[in-house]
Amino acid sequence: MKSVRVEVNGRSYERDVEPRTLASDFLRHDLGLHGTHVGCEHGVCGACTVLLDGAPVRSCLLLAPQLDGCKVTTIEGLTPDGGLSPLQQAFQECHALQCGFCTPGLIVTLTAFLHDHEKPSEEQVRGVLAAHLCRCTGYQSMLDAVRRATDGRS
Amino acid sequence: MKPVAFEYDAPRELGEALECLSRGDEAKVLAGGQSLVPMLNFRLVRPSRLIDVNKVAGLGEIRSVDGTLHVGALARTAALERSAVVATGWPLLREAAGYVGHAVIRNRGTLGGSVAHSDPHAELPAVLCALDALLHVRSKRGARVLTTDAFFQDFYTTALEPDELLVEIEVPAMKARTGTGFCEHSRTHGDFAMAGAAVTVTTDANGNATHVAIALLGAGATPMRLPDVEKMLVGEKIAERAAHAAGAAAAKACDPPEPEDYRRALVAEMTKRALLSAASRVKP
Repeated sequence: MKSVRVEVNGRSYERDVEPRTLASDFLRHDLGLHGTHVGCEHGVCGACTVLLDGAPVRSCLLLAPQLDGCKVTTIEGLTPDGGLSPLQQAFQECHALQCGFCTPGLIVTLTAFLHDHEKPSEEQVRGVLAAHLCRCTGYQSMLDAVRRATDGRS
Repeated sequence: MKPVAFEYDAPRELGEALECLSRGDEAKVLAGGQSLVPMLNFRLVRPSRLIDVNKVAGLGEIRSVDGTLHVGALARTAALERSAVVATGWPLLREAAGYVGHAVIRNRGTLGGSVAHSDPHAELPAVLCALDALLHVRSKRGARVLTTDAFFQDFYTTALEPDELLVEIEVPAMKARTGTGFCEHSRTHGDFAMAGAAVTVTTDANGNATHVAIALLGAGATPMRLPDVEKMLVGEKIAERAAHAAGAAAAKACDPPEPEDYRRALVAEMTKRALLSAASRVKP
């Protein structure tokens, strides 16, 4: 077993883990943060994306011991108490989710992207969406949601 | 879809990492993990020990010394994309880095990891071949410097011994009046390319090529240079006609996996486009 000390969504945790534990499973099973979804487990679908020290990464391609000393933000950490972030609100208004399985990963990736890009072009947004698989709603309404979320920006 | 059980080391110093590697067990080096961890999850690899080099001090630096680029093996693909040093001196590396997977993958994936994994469809190994990079390898026994030709041996097979670690990639300075270009075709954005070409073109004051480097990806068991096609272009003005002929020659010279005919056709077109793009970027 390896000891892991990690800050997740501003809260410190210390746990002993088997080295082969995937970070995605660690977040869900050991910390009870079920917002991070596990889809393909080989880095393709994007559902498990979290922020590792501020940058979006696939948590299914990280081992839990690698989180030692790091700061992680999951979808829970991007959601204000009792409400929705402006991007989440835009997703709801534009019907950019249906079953919701891919949504946490998309919100995590897009939140980091929109933090770095004040007014992204549609092509840039398409490039970001391409890193996530959605099997029901499709991507057009996600493009609309991103546009809505950034419309007020100068 | 979970890895087999393994021992896990996370050395913080290079010497410690080399010590871990010298133990002679079935160890694998974990860098960015964007290829290795999927293979672990599928149990395509079953190491008895993982040596995680992500915390090894100083292994991810990108710096230029006397005009030569030194990239630590642990430098992330995203760091290559963002580096002003790379953008100014080695634009081919920067251009190709943007084709590696998605931005999320590039945040973790490393240059050294891509090289050591040696997927013949990968962008960065082909670019390093075109740029005549040198690969610095260390072990407890000593240090070696290998050319890309000596390093890449077969599909996913390199000259690295089990106790060796790739520590640095050295890229020589680009000559004056050199332009570079990268082109690839993949069926889906972010996927590995079916085939592609990384090209450098150096010309004299009249615009005739004095040196050309063409390296292909997705066209054989390793990334490959095409010396005969390169020689064919020396003395030529690289325009539509010469580039088209070189593309056709490249398609003949390579040895692609299935679907072979399709990949040859792609090699012809990607080589041509990369040559024209490189030639258009030569600064007089």
